[in-house]
Amino acid sequence: MNVLDFAHAFFSDTAHWHGYDGIPTRFAEHVRYSLEALLIAAAIGLPVGLLTGHYGRGGNTLALLATAGRALPSFGLLVLMFIWIGFGLLPVMIPLVVLAVPPILVTTYEAIRSVDPSPVDAARGMGMPETRVLLQVEVPVALPLILSGLRTAAIQIVSTATIAAYVSLGGLGRYIIDGLYQKDYEKVVGGATLVAGLALVTLAIFWAAARLTVSPGVRRGT
Amino acid sequence: MIRIDSVTKRYPDGTVAVDRLSLDIPDRAITVLVGPSGCGKTTTLRMINRMVEPSEGGILLDGKDIRQQPVNTLRRSMGYVIQNAGLFQHRTILDNIATVPRLLGRPKQQARARAAELMERVGLDTALAKRYPYQLSGGQQQRVGVARALAADPPVLLMDEPFSAVDPVVRKGLQDELLRIQSELGKTIVFVTHDIDEAIKLGTMVAVLRTGGRLAQFAPPAELLSAPADPFVEDFLGADRGIRRLSFFPTTELELQTAPVVAVDAGAEQLASRAGAPYLLVTDLDGRPLGWSEPDRLTAGAVDTDRLLPYGRPFVPGTDSLRTALDGAVLSPTGWAVAVDGEGRAVGVVSQQVIGEAIRTAHSRVAEQAAEHAAGQAEVKAG
Amino acid sequence: MNGFFDLPSDLQHSYLGLVGLHLREALLPVLAGLLLSLPIAQLCVRFRWVYPPVLGLTTVLYAIPSLAFFVVLIDYFGQSETTVMIPLALYSLVVLVPAIVDGVRSVPPETLAAAQAMGFGAVRRYFQVQLPIAVPAIIAGLRVATVSSISLVSVGMLIGNQGALGNMLYDAQIYHRPVLAVNAVLTIAVLGLLADAALVLVRLLLTPWMPRKGAAR
Repeated sequence: MNVLDFAHAFFSDTAHWHGYDGIPTRFAEHVRYSLEALLIAAAIGLPVGLLTGHYGRGGNTLALLATAGRALPSFGLLVLMFIWIGFGLLPVMIPLVVLAVPPILVTTYEAIRSVDPSPVDAARGMGMPETRVLLQVEVPVALPLILSGLRTAAIQIVSTATIAAYVSLGGLGRYIIDGLYQKDYEKVVGGATLVAGLALVTLAIFWAAARLTVSPGVRRGT
Repeated sequence: MIRIDSVTKRYPDGTVAVDRLSLDIPDRAITVLVGPSGCGKTTTLRMINRMVEPSEGGILLDGKDIRQQPVNTLRRSMGYVIQNAGLFQHRTILDNIATVPRLLGRPKQQARARAAELMERVGLDTALAKRYPYQLSGGQQQRVGVARALAADPPVLLMDEPFSAVDPVVRKGLQDELLRIQSELGKTIVFVTHDIDEAIKLGTMVAVLRTGGRLAQFAPPAELLSAPADPFVEDFLGADRGIRRLSFFPTTELELQTAPVVAVDAGAEQLASRAGAPYLLVTDLDGRPLGWSEPDRLTAGAVDTDRLLPYGRPFVPGTDSLRTALDGAVLSPTGWAVAVDGEGRAVGVVSQQVIGEAIRTAHSRVAEQAAEHAAGQAEVKAG
Repeated sequence: MNGFFDLPSDLQHSYLGLVGLHLREALLPVLAGLLLSLPIAQLCVRFRWVYPPVLGLTTVLYAIPSLAFFVVLIDYFGQSETTVMIPLALYSLVVLVPAIVDGVRSVPPETLAAAQAMGFGAVRRYFQVQLPIAVPAIIAGLRVATVSSISLVSVGMLIGNQGALGNMLYDAQIYHRPVLAVNAVLTIAVLGLLADAALVLVRLLLTPWMPRKGAAR
């Protein structure tokens, strides 16, 4: 049997579509973990990235923090938090947020830094207050890059949220972990396919969000 | 009036960008700050809208210290145009121009209507209103930059090397457009450039700054050309300032000769009566010049227009300067310049000798005026 | 921190042994990824239409959770290091291919024109002009790929203790010795930071022509 057969067998089994271990439930759980982690990470990464980018300070500190964040192993952090905190969503959220903050932070900082300085100078010269300079001049131009940082973070979260199952939570990782222990490859492949599918959906959502929010004047080359 | 009062800008690392600079910038005129890079011209401009704060001294706007009002109120009352225009690439042309009116809280519709009006004023097709900056040429973008600066109808316009990044042909167009707009609106314009020709063309007053931010000379362009204050200014003005100075002498008093002008259908009699002149200017039936010819080479009623000599570049008396007239005379193989009216019809010709006379007269008149001025000053002082 | 470096015998390695194993499992895939992504990136630069599908494919591979990848590969390579290293190599492509493509594309066209005018052939131009100028971008990609590879190896613990330092996480749970988990997390993080610093150093050595001022990213 190859991977496609496993996937086919998994999805054609009607038992996988119902109940607390059914695909809809697991999918919803996975989306919930991912969304929460992404929101928390964005709430940290975006403001810090925007402000440091705008004032052009702290770039080195930021790069160091981001590298440190990347260096912390998500899985290791999960196990450690589980040992320390015990069962719950928190031990899962911590590694996911640590994973997602660096790409958001660094990309946002870079995006704002790389905005052409002359419109910014013009805006200040016309008497635009600093908050407006940031939100109405810099952010709209930096938006494609900022979104790409969020997208990278979202994909990593979706893929990594599978580890929640290791500490007895739900999500699509359930199929992968259970499949591993039960030597049920059907489940593993099915779960992996679902995660990859969710990642593709995430890509599509970000693509649509970029179409909707990025000005046609900025979009051209990209 | 903007009074720059003994302003110094010193940076933390010790460099002095502007050194005890004092300037009275006249109202409703273009004042150009010009000088080599590092002379503090941009810094000076940016101190006027407080993009840079002076280390010492102050700047007065109509007698009031510019620090008395909130910085953004000050900036909104001054148009600001920079190199490369600095347009907002995510906003349409119309919304770019409407920026300051919107900042001032005007309703969107009103701001846009005003923006459309300004597009016409700066010579932009209103069909471009919904476009984005990247869809415009460099020259068009710069026009948008000027329109945006004018949108809130500020009395003061600050322009920082606005035309440096476009090619010479487009630049000339933009300069002419600025002069036209200025003749209609009469703003107080402070204009920074490193191009002395641009300074002389646009400036009512020109301030030449030297490296280190010190004022070398502040004078009307004609005076700058005739009496540079020191070797630095003289050197900065370049080699042919004598010729360039002719730009400021009018052609109104040039004596034009009409005798050597004949139409292409001139009869034998008419040609014979003009035989004394070394050359005749042949025009078409509407009176537009076609070219020069020696009188004996012309056959009555059958002029071969292909064999005429080129007539160089004609000038419009009263509008063009002696420089254009002289240029026309030098370019013409006959040594005569052709004068035309606004429609391009020949109104007469003038020789290099006559132009030379006019130049001498103009020079002595300027010298007399200077002497009178000096005497007047002396009287004031004596009194 | 009593017994910080006192490892249970079922790990079958000393602390330093695990570090060595971990580095091998993490770095070999990145090296393989680099060797693989150079020709792929060059293909993407030469034929622009190749780039979007390559980018899409690598992103999909990246979205497959490492654990699922491992489990599926057990069928082919057993519970071995190879099983852990293959996904890591593939993951590194997602970062490295765009980094190299952008790096090579960032070479100013006038530089390329000058090289061509001086008679550089295509191969020579690639190795002596494009690649050296792309070094900063490539190293930036390598830094991200290396650090995440070092971090991901630990997941290998789940497929029969193939996670090197990650295996300590399992022992931390079964022997109730949280200190082992702390040790694993910290050691992995420090290894990541050291590898990152080493790559920054390599960049400084390879690009003496770059201005030193400003942030090293």
